[in-house]
Amino acid sequence: MSRAAAVHSLWTDSSVSAVLADAPRKIPAPHIEYAQLSPVLIVLGAAVVAVLAEAFLPRRSRHLAQVAITVVGLAAAFAAVVALAAKGYATGKAHVAAMGAVAVDGPALFLQGTILLVALVAALGFAERRLDPAAHGRPVDSFAAQGAAVPGGDAEQEAVKAGWTTSEVFPLLLFAVAGMLVFPAADDLLTLFVALEVFSLPLYVLCALARRKRLLSQEAAVKYFLLGAFSSAILLFGVALLYGYAGTVTYSGIADVVNGTVRTVSPALASSTGNDALLLIGGAMVLMGLLFKVGAAPFHMWTPDVYQGAPTPVTGFMAAATKVAAFGALLRLLYVVLPGLRWDWRPVMWGVAILTMLVGAIVAITQTDVKRLLAYSSIAHAGFILAGVIAISPDGVSSVLFYLAAYSFVTLGAFAVVTLVRDAGGEATQLSKWAGLGRRSPLVAAVFAVFLLAFAGIPLTSGFAGKFAVFKAAAASGGAPLVIVGVVSSAIAAFFYVRVIVLMFFNEPRADGPTVAVPSPLTSVAIGVGVVVTLVLGVAPQYFLDLAGDAGVFVR
Amino acid sequence: MENLIGLLVLAPLLGAGILLCGGRALDRVGHWLGTLLAAVSFALGAVLFADMLGRDAEDRALDVTVFQWVPVGGFRADVGFHLDQLSMTFVLLITGVGTLIHLYSVGYMEHDERRRRFFGYLNLFLAAMLLLVVADNYLLLYVGWEGVGLASYLLIGFWQHKPSAATAAKKAFLVNRVGDVGLSIAIMLMFTTFGTFAFDPVLGDADRAGEGKLTAIGLMLLLAACGKSAQVPLQSWLGDAMEGPTPVSALIHAATMVTAGVYLITRSGAIFEGAPDAQLAVVTVGAVTLLFGAIVGCAKDDIKKALAGSTMSQIGYMVLAAGLGPIGYVFAIMHLVTHGFFKAGLFLGAGSVMHGMNDEVDMRRYGGLWRYMPVTFVTFGLGYLAIIGFPGLSGFFSKDKIIEAAFAKGGTEGWILGGTALLGAAITAYYMTRVMIMTFFGEKRWAPAPSPDRPSAEPAAEKHGDGTHGAGELPHPHESPKSMTIPMILLAVGSVFAGGLFTLNDTFLKWLEPVTGHEEGDSPVSALTVTGATMAVLVVGVALAWAQYGRKPVPVTPPRGSLLTRAARRDLLQDDFNHIVLVRGGEQLTRGLEAIDRTVVDGAVNGTAVTVGGLSGRMRRLQNGYARSYAVSMFGGAAVLIAATLLMRAV
Repeated sequence: MSRAAAVHSLWTDSSVSAVLADAPRKIPAPHIEYAQLSPVLIVLGAAVVAVLAEAFLPRRSRHLAQVAITVVGLAAAFAAVVALAAKGYATGKAHVAAMGAVAVDGPALFLQGTILLVALVAALGFAERRLDPAAHGRPVDSFAAQGAAVPGGDAEQEAVKAGWTTSEVFPLLLFAVAGMLVFPAADDLLTLFVALEVFSLPLYVLCALARRKRLLSQEAAVKYFLLGAFSSAILLFGVALLYGYAGTVTYSGIADVVNGTVRTVSPALASSTGNDALLLIGGAMVLMGLLFKVGAAPFHMWTPDVYQGAPTPVTGFMAAATKVAAFGALLRLLYVVLPGLRWDWRPVMWGVAILTMLVGAIVAITQTDVKRLLAYSSIAHAGFILAGVIAISPDGVSSVLFYLAAYSFVTLGAFAVVTLVRDAGGEATQLSKWAGLGRRSPLVAAVFAVFLLAFAGIPLTSGFAGKFAVFKAAAASGGAPLVIVGVVSSAIAAFFYVRVIVLMFFNEPRADGPTVAVPSPLTSVAIGVGVVVTLVLGVAPQYFLDLAGDAGVFVR
Repeated sequence: MENLIGLLVLAPLLGAGILLCGGRALDRVGHWLGTLLAAVSFALGAVLFADMLGRDAEDRALDVTVFQWVPVGGFRADVGFHLDQLSMTFVLLITGVGTLIHLYSVGYMEHDERRRRFFGYLNLFLAAMLLLVVADNYLLLYVGWEGVGLASYLLIGFWQHKPSAATAAKKAFLVNRVGDVGLSIAIMLMFTTFGTFAFDPVLGDADRAGEGKLTAIGLMLLLAACGKSAQVPLQSWLGDAMEGPTPVSALIHAATMVTAGVYLITRSGAIFEGAPDAQLAVVTVGAVTLLFGAIVGCAKDDIKKALAGSTMSQIGYMVLAAGLGPIGYVFAIMHLVTHGFFKAGLFLGAGSVMHGMNDEVDMRRYGGLWRYMPVTFVTFGLGYLAIIGFPGLSGFFSKDKIIEAAFAKGGTEGWILGGTALLGAAITAYYMTRVMIMTFFGEKRWAPAPSPDRPSAEPAAEKHGDGTHGAGELPHPHESPKSMTIPMILLAVGSVFAGGLFTLNDTFLKWLEPVTGHEEGDSPVSALTVTGATMAVLVVGVALAWAQYGRKPVPVTPPRGSLLTRAARRDLLQDDFNHIVLVRGGEQLTRGLEAIDRTVVDGAVNGTAVTVGGLSGRMRRLQNGYARSYAVSMFGGAAVLIAATLLMRAV
């Protein structure tokens, strides 16, 4: 009874008394620092403009307009991020903006910059229209003629005949990017959840829009949606529990309660904090929601199916940007909200990291599809990054930031190469068809080999620098077993990366093998950026490591 | 002044770079460019020498650190130079003899299509050798050490179209590797013992390290010296190295590179003085080699191989002297310098003879040449008198001092070493007289020119002079061109006077003493007795050779000879020994290792791969494509996650 009264007082006493005391006063207008939120606002604005363009422009001119809006919007947002960083918001002036909802600090700006660059490069892949042969005299891209049409039905045939394309993918991309920008910067749990949904929903739709193999694509989207909804529900439940524990949803507020540094402890708070189960269960559930997004075992099962089914440009974007955003949010949660609990969650996260590395590396060995192979590879990499996340040290943050930047460009490039290798049925993703590719198209095979070597972490590629930094941070904070497992699974993973290289260069080409499409400059630029970033970060990583190191402090 | 040291090395390095990268445009002037840069290096050396003479004996050493090469934590490797009297001596010898031999090569290699490349390699050698002697730490010395090895390899195999030259180059390279491993281990030991490998701290603190450590370092340095200086047991490559062009034999395989081992031992004197066992090993190697080389030299009919045996033997003297410690260092270096003069002169003379004799190298087909090649005869003759130790000439002073020092070692050891050195002197007199008589005196035993594809033929001499004679014709011996005779004459001057100049007022002793230190030994026999004994064995050796080769005609086909002669013709069976012990043994070892690799290593690797693959196949089945099972897995995962978190709190 007394407990109920205490809870009651928590909900009513303070607020009611406050309302009563200030009865004449209106709800204060929130103070929003628009300039500091400009990256997100620019992207959202561009998305709205893109929707309007979709509504009012004639179908013929939409593609060009959408590409222009997207590229300009993303570039402007990136410029805004750079400007904020230059003004010192990454270091000295870092603070929490928008009434405690969004953090503007080093990690947030670094990750936002990375996401924007990734999105910019991915947008080039979205805009590519030369890979498929023109249908009915009109160039087509990787997306379905009309997403709503039943696959193989009359409506679809009509849409194809009419030469429609789903240019809605660009506003969807922009909305997803906006959500991803907020996700790692979210400084309260509700903003976190809203951002999660804002970027997840467009992704579900994007996944369903493949031009070829539409059923596979739709199946992937449904699976992604169902499982994503499931994980969102768990995350939301966790948010509720944490609120029940701490009486607040802001990160700093929860952290204060966890650390016991709250200034005024109301009786209600005192009684709810007496029960740590709320905190532990809630924390674990929020963690689980984030681990689902990064694709860590055992929440990784969606990854291969979705990566395989989604249109390849979308897969590349998802694999790169989602991972960056989700790891950003995970970092902030663990470093800002839950550091006081690290003795509780660290062993558990160790287990998750080890399981993720091993599952990703081992299951990848028997894959026969390039996209599924890359999906498992991304799971293994999620494990490697987790090893750095768990370090809970400045080195851990900077190494994870560096790894994310390095990894996302390798991934983008690799998936862009996958779009080039085609046969009559579209992309030839069967690994066996890639045999002897190095003889037919040495350049494409060599570029793919560079990306594979970077995935494997061979020196002089960005993969090595990133892996080294992450493992170093992990080892320095007492994670030696983690590093050993990481190195062992890297060795296992190297096997299947190198096997693909062997397949491409040392096997006889098949008579019915795929051809390599000649891409427009768009995809060429995307792949070129991937190669350059991979090599530059591999040969001279120090500048970028320093940059990540400077950006490695979270604001509370 | 210090900055000149870097230029000293840079000048020939620049030459090598230009000549090797320059392309055909440089074919016409390349050889003169190479010679010029060698001369520039010599001039710089002379300037530094004059500057050094102008200062007090105690602060003549110059030190300069050019840049930090590898600064990693506690590990510091600098590119720095240290030029003291010892280095200076080498610099002058290397650049001086080097320049002369460049000049000689202009004539000798005149008809070779790849002359530019040849000069590039020669310049590369000069740069590496200079780096070796002016380095101020062992790591940089090692760079030079490898550099001369590379240059030697390239030059021995310069006529790579001859299988014998290619094989000889490979052999030299491989045998040298063994020695080089010794040097690298020595450097590692130094680093673990002293924490550095710069000369100053290592040699300064040598007495503080334990004797065991010093012995280990000393033995490894000795192994390195054995490889580079062709000492027993790593001597087998030097004879084959004569496949290289003759100027190379003169410069690299007689005057300079092969003496690098002596430099190394002398430079590391402080280490050897703290390790008597290592010193004993050094004198043993020296004594064995000086007899070994001399015996091989007696049996060879190939003029260059006879001289190669002699080189081995003379370096044996130097190593012996260097192993004696402070009583021998100065004389080791002195003999090294005088030997540089007379042996280079002898090789150039041999080259000149071959030049005139249709590239014939078999002394049994020479004879009576003194009339046809007067300059070669005189210069070769002076070199001959110098090497056998004829009173007043260079070799007399330097070798005499070494024999004295060997006796001065004292005790039974002194008697053994002194006796060996004396015996070596007698054999030296014998084989050199044999070479002299067979080449220049007696009846003509000339034979038609061998066909160019005979293994020992030197292609440079193929199309020389007026080009009137080819295969199948009798040679028309003639004097060589000026560019060849002038270096020979200059070297002959050195062979005659260097020893006397050095000994006069103990000039050389005073010059080197601040660096190497010196002490007079306590000799059981007086200096006069030693000199007398040396003279006596000299006369005996010459007389024996005269009796055998001068008084009766030399058979053109070699007689079967005694067992020892036959063994000596095969280099005292060194290759056979190496083959049976090392090659066969190595083959067995690799077979064993290969079997282990196949069964154990491959088994483990493939087994692991199969296991992981099987695991992968089984785990893959969990990925069944049903969203419901994925959701179950997520739910289970979340449950485990929560449970584990709670559990962590509970424990």
